[in-house]
Amino acid sequence: MNRIERTFKELKSLNKKAFIPYIMAGDPSVERTKELVLVLEECGADIIELGVPFTDPLADGPTIQRAAERALKEGVTLKGVLALVKDLRTKTRVPLVLMTYYNPVFKYGEERFVKDAKDAGVEGVIIPDLPPDEAGELIKTAKKADLATIFLLAPTSTEDRIKKVATASRGFIYYVSMTGITGSQILLDGSIEKSINNIRRITDKPVAVGFGISTAEQARAISGISDGVIIGSAIVRKIQEAPEGLKDFILKLREAVR
Amino acid sequence: MKKGYFGKYGGRFVPETLMPALMELEKAYLESKKDRDFQKELIHLQKTYIGRPTSLYFAKRLTEHLGGAKIYLKREDLAHTGAHKINNAIGQALLAKKIGKKRLIAETGAGQHGVATATGAALIGLDCDVYMGTDDMKRQALNVFRMRLLGARVIEVSIGSRTLKDAINEALRDWTTNVNTTHYVLGTVFGPHPFPSMVRDFQSVIGKEAKKQIMQAEKRLPDYLVACVGGGSNAMGLFHEFLGDNIKMIGVEAGGKGIDTGEHAARFAGGSVGVFQGCKTYLLQDDNGNVLGTHSVSAGLDYASIGPEHPFLRDLGKVQYTYATDDEALAAFELLSKTEGIIPALESAHAVAEAVKLAPKLSGDKLIIVNLSGRGDKDVQHVAAIKGISL
Ligand SMILES: Cc1ncc(COP(=O)(O)O)c(C=O)c1O
Repeated sequence: MNRIERTFKELKSLNKKAFIPYIMAGDPSVERTKELVLVLEECGADIIELGVPFTDPLADGPTIQRAAERALKEGVTLKGVLALVKDLRTKTRVPLVLMTYYNPVFKYGEERFVKDAKDAGVEGVIIPDLPPDEAGELIKTAKKADLATIFLLAPTSTEDRIKKVATASRGFIYYVSMTGITGSQILLDGSIEKSINNIRRITDKPVAVGFGISTAEQARAISGISDGVIIGSAIVRKIQEAPEGLKDFILKLREAVR
Repeated sequence: MKKGYFGKYGGRFVPETLMPALMELEKAYLESKKDRDFQKELIHLQKTYIGRPTSLYFAKRLTEHLGGAKIYLKREDLAHTGAHKINNAIGQALLAKKIGKKRLIAETGAGQHGVATATGAALIGLDCDVYMGTDDMKRQALNVFRMRLLGARVIEVSIGSRTLKDAINEALRDWTTNVNTTHYVLGTVFGPHPFPSMVRDFQSVIGKEAKKQIMQAEKRLPDYLVACVGGGSNAMGLFHEFLGDNIKMIGVEAGGKGIDTGEHAARFAGGSVGVFQGCKTYLLQDDNGNVLGTHSVSAGLDYASIGPEHPFLRDLGKVQYTYATDDEALAAFELLSKTEGIIPALESAHAVAEAVKLAPKLSGDKLIIVNLSGRGDKDVQHVAAIKGISL
């Protein structure tokens, strides 16, 4: 069993939900990212998503776009992120998931990527512009290496799509809370719960929700209806604009997810 | 061949949110091909609104000046709004109406596709927002104002390289957000399936007409077809009808300041296979898979990637690709203006520049058709500025 799967299983047996913060690797520097991962773990993160900077992040809003620009200026690449993970593995066992666009992986070579990611200690990968329809080879290779492939579902997903994504996903399913990009305004009107219930009728894989969750209240509401809460832009913004308040903010979010 | 692929190129690399919309679009597009009423309406608008067929014009003085093969110009510059982009925009606007969308969005580089989409929206009565990079808004200011006159909102994109690729990113983000109400009118044979095939089909009217017209004028098929290649829609539009014939076809990319300088948009000369903005194709990228900045004097060719059917045709040896530099395109821009009284778009001037190189090497009985994809009014200010003349 993959460590992500085990994390969800353990949380479930304790009747708890996963708190999954996202940060951009290399924003504002590689050294700072290493510190931040340890801070997040210390604050109780169950899984941590590391963004890989890309020039054209078409699923991301301005906050993460700018973070990617800063990281690219620092010279951070996919290769660099793998080295960063390898280094972190001497200090922490917290499950790390890479969130990357597909072209850096394609250019790196899928097979080589899976091998190097696994060797470095990456547990899973989320590729927002790679639907399962185009991921046949990656799914196969990753499965052999026990690297979790986490695919996304959205409010627009039909039953066919839910089946397809559920079959292809390992670790958890990433439910995108809205039709939109990261950092948009979330709407808590009951539609998310309805969608998650639809997904649950089709699969018993864990479902974590992300996009637009920026406050402890929202995190609490989402944790009540899902298996995990992913928070990205709000944390990235805090790191950039008010780092002194970061730890308090993370602790509040952690406390809200249960 | 895998669905949505041209050999190993193409596909559908988009966020899950958009997958159902692309499937719906594919279905509507396939149905529309067989739908008699739809085709009748499209043909009627092509004739009465766009002004098709556009003429195939024998460029006598240019031919004499170059002293070789006979050069014909397919006059897409004479289509309504001044470029081939309208062929696709009207087709997609009709489709959007058919699938019940109330709003159109588009990206634009040169502004021609933005103008064409704004025109389609006005014609059919839909809302329209157009994304355009800050740098392109400056060099194509005339078209920005035209779009506004047509009732569209022009949204400035000031992130990234502030040109076409960034406008496409923003349009895709908008579409992801508003997919339930909005149709994204992609302006070229690029992006996720079905756009590359669909846009090609809407543009293929160019080649169909040209084939009939050259048969009428010369009683035979041409020896060469030449077209500029940004995303590649005017080229596909001309080439597609001739793919079964034994004809040499040349796609002309933007050589910018020269390949060695790195400041260009010649994807075949300087790029490699990658996955970008929805499809697998050639891409100007670094070793880490990040997309490189581009340069061209022409906004419509200033783009890091190329429609996926082009590398497929290149691999098959059906189409050859070359490039023209900024200077060559500017010289062709002036040459065509002076010899024929036709001011071409700077994009189209790249195709003319290739004809300038090619024709003198061929004998006088050879025939070249150059796709004159658009007219140059939009570029007059920009060219004046390059020449240091203030208007
Ligand atoms: C007149 C004209 N020609 C050519 C192009 C390039 O596009 P494509 O390669 O899709 O024909 C443009 C794009 O803006 C254009 O305006």
